[in-house]
Amino acid sequence: MLALILLLIPLIGSILLFFLRGSNPGVSKNVALAATLAEFVVAAYTFANFDSQTLIEVKYAWMKDLRINFHLGIDGISLLMVALTAFLIPLIVLSTFKYNYKNPVSFYALILLTEATLMGVFMAKDIFLFYFFFEAALIPVYFLAALWGGENAPRITFKMFVYTMFGSLFMLVAIVYLYMKASTSNIQELYAAAKFIPATSQTFLFWAFFIAFAIKMPVLPFHSWQPDTYSESPTPATMLLSGLLSKMGVYGLIRILLPLSPMGVENWGMIGMILSVIGLIYGSVIAIQQNNIKRLIAYSSFAHMGLMAAGVLSGTLSGIQGAMLQMVAHGINAVGLFFIIKIMYDRTNTRDLQGLGGITQTTPALSIYFMIIMLGSIALPLTNGFVGEFLLLKGVFDKNAWLGGIAGITIILGAVYMLRMMQRSMFGESNTTTATFSDVKGTEVAVLLPLAAMVLLMGFFPNVFLKITEPAVNSLLQMIHP
Amino acid sequence: MYPILVLSITGLVTLFLGFLKSKKVLLPATLFFITLAFLANFYDWNKPGLYFSSMLEVSNLSILFTAILLFSAFLIIGLSKGFLDDEHAQPAEYFAILQFSLVGAIMMTSFQNLIMLFIGVEILSVSMYVLTGSDKRNIRGNEAALKYFLMGAFATGIMLFGMAMLYGANYSFNISDARAVLLQTSSAARPVYLYVGVTFLLIGLLFKVSAAPFHFWTPDVYEGAPTIFTTFMSTIVKTAGFAAIYRILEVSFSPIYNFWWVMIVIICILSLLISNITAVSQISFKRMLAFSSVSHAGYMLMAIVGLSNKTDDSIVFYSLAYSLATISAFGVLMVVSQEKLVDGRPDESISVLNGLSKRNPFLAFILAISMLSLAGIPLTAGFWGKFYVFSDVAYRGQIWLLVVAILMSAVGIYYYFKPIIAAYMKEGDEEFITLTPLYKIILGITTFGSILLGLFPDLVRGLM
Repeated sequence: MLALILLLIPLIGSILLFFLRGSNPGVSKNVALAATLAEFVVAAYTFANFDSQTLIEVKYAWMKDLRINFHLGIDGISLLMVALTAFLIPLIVLSTFKYNYKNPVSFYALILLTEATLMGVFMAKDIFLFYFFFEAALIPVYFLAALWGGENAPRITFKMFVYTMFGSLFMLVAIVYLYMKASTSNIQELYAAAKFIPATSQTFLFWAFFIAFAIKMPVLPFHSWQPDTYSESPTPATMLLSGLLSKMGVYGLIRILLPLSPMGVENWGMIGMILSVIGLIYGSVIAIQQNNIKRLIAYSSFAHMGLMAAGVLSGTLSGIQGAMLQMVAHGINAVGLFFIIKIMYDRTNTRDLQGLGGITQTTPALSIYFMIIMLGSIALPLTNGFVGEFLLLKGVFDKNAWLGGIAGITIILGAVYMLRMMQRSMFGESNTTTATFSDVKGTEVAVLLPLAAMVLLMGFFPNVFLKITEPAVNSLLQMIHP
Repeated sequence: MYPILVLSITGLVTLFLGFLKSKKVLLPATLFFITLAFLANFYDWNKPGLYFSSMLEVSNLSILFTAILLFSAFLIIGLSKGFLDDEHAQPAEYFAILQFSLVGAIMMTSFQNLIMLFIGVEILSVSMYVLTGSDKRNIRGNEAALKYFLMGAFATGIMLFGMAMLYGANYSFNISDARAVLLQTSSAARPVYLYVGVTFLLIGLLFKVSAAPFHFWTPDVYEGAPTIFTTFMSTIVKTAGFAAIYRILEVSFSPIYNFWWVMIVIICILSLLISNITAVSQISFKRMLAFSSVSHAGYMLMAIVGLSNKTDDSIVFYSLAYSLATISAFGVLMVVSQEKLVDGRPDESISVLNGLSKRNPFLAFILAISMLSLAGIPLTAGFWGKFYVFSDVAYRGQIWLLVVAILMSAVGIYYYFKPIIAAYMKEGDEEFITLTPLYKIILGITTFGSILLGLFPDLVRGLM
């Protein structure tokens, strides 16, 4: 029941918004915020009542003759993602309050639709339902990015759309193949049936799923759409893409790829890991040279996703647990960093590091928030990034010591580009544009405070989160290595 | 059977209604007649039977196909605005011919005898030839009509040739007898001209549904005909054609599946490749939709490749999803292209859709949903249509065909998005477009149908 409510609240919210056409923008903002906060409350309630599956799970017959069901449920892995989505989206909505986007009704309706489809992806227990929501999540984000973005946004976001859909179509072939072989589309039953699929077919399954998820995350060499799209999209769309949609890719790796083609992972996982680590280093090196701060964070996001992908493909407990934790951590950090960049752009009208400097002299509060979130991104101990990155590196290292060592360079590179960005923008000499930088207040603080708090909370008490996902991850691993 | 009778009579009545001074009564009358036929159609639900000395068989499947045909016709005729704004038009004749063509289409869905198939194909085709050239002052229309007539007559000739050879092999035109003969004779005892007959019959039918390489008439004919009749051609003729192809292959020739599946697979791959790659570079929206219809013929043929007990469900669903989406697309085009004239004829390029979201957000939304449905994006009926045909092909293990289809779907996403981008992200005229209430209702029905079937495909699939 709760799963269905979680899916319906944002959906009903977006339909409700449609009836508010023509009223003043403040109304749509408040309705959207109310809907997302209601979602957060329900998610919190689900979190508390996680043990009673009967309260949460929902199963309806959808296509009777094909035995495909509308089956939603939440296990440990899904719970963390549902919680992340429910936590981040009210903050994303809140971050837009100070600005007036044109056509606010459509704008907020699209954000709510994205939330609904994201919830669907993370809660789907039927593989066709998963695919349905996976593809559907792209549509509202595409319109958000294309219609409210920069000059080149329509062309660039269209590239992202076609690229992602192309990958998803490969996944469709794999799913149809699995469905034919196993005569079921229930994910749990598919796990059991996957062991009997011959190794050659598993190779095909591995690559079909990997391409689809690699385009989504992105992972080298399918990443060419990402930096341009993140830069040209409006900040809320970038937050959604970087904070939540890229996590769909990692979630897909854990939920679908790993258990459904175990032999494929054994034979080809290494190549996937190598690609991910190359992407990790490549993204970090480019980020070091970036002067456009939005692109810098975009490349940093690409780098972090590389590490997560490598960790998952290692197939170890630490790797997957690390990926789970890092998904939450990176989601929080990415949203925070993109918001701070938006604040800077709004005040100074530039995203170029060479035009910024000395902001900290007039903004003590912003400096503190920026520092905390940035240190979380660098993975300083006692921040949220640390435990996740450490576990991921351990997972990669367990699989292959050399690869783990190379991936470990990320710690250094991450520190370089982040600290460089911080130094160039916040410290140093202030110039005419930054001299009048006003500090954050009001809704901006309301967004940054919870994010910074979560960075520290997760850093101090990572076990709270690790314990949630451990049983589910363990049972998943047992399916792969019995 | 009853819709055939009803429509024949009402077609004649419509002709006579043309004698009245006021032409305004023709549109409501025609809509009423089609509704009558639609209701009469369901009289035989769950009561299968043979009529006209076993030349026509009515079964639940043929009733469903007929229902789709009549529903599409209702929507298209509703979009025609009764031809009142054109003083050279002859609405009574047009509506009468449309009803007669529906008779032919219905015959194609329920034939039991090859002669009945031929009669149905001919009635439908000749009606379409006439309607294509109905705008006499339009050079393109004349060219289109002549092309359609010549190539169509040629194709019908081939089809007749095939039927004659099948008669020679089976000593009967009845399709069940053909099946009995095939089951009783071994493959060594079958004459060669049986296979030639099957091939020619299929070629004739595949021409009608514009499958490659028999599709070369499609872009010019679709572009030259008045858009309302193009809509009719691309939905009704296709649905009827595929009903006929499915029927003849399933009832008569499924025992020799191993003979004809290769041909169908090749035609399928050619249709998908040629149509999608050519559609990418089209500037005219109408021509793009013509190539899109060829690609959808390819997708529907995939269901026929995977001949199974689920194929009839897939074809019914795909026809319905495709018809709804195409009617929406042409409906939007008709109303938008009339605003701007180029050389005295409506401008039908994709750029005429620029800025549609500001001129009429409702129309832009309709266009978006129809393009998404044709592209096969989830949340629309077109996605499930493609999913069902992909499943049918996978059932037969034709993975390479599946891979081609999926790659071509990805190409399709590119050109189906061009109109959406034009409507939402390009600047156009500022003039607001007004719609009549009937227009709004019909476009609303098609879009609502696409989304409803996109969420609950079982509404249609559960009927069988």
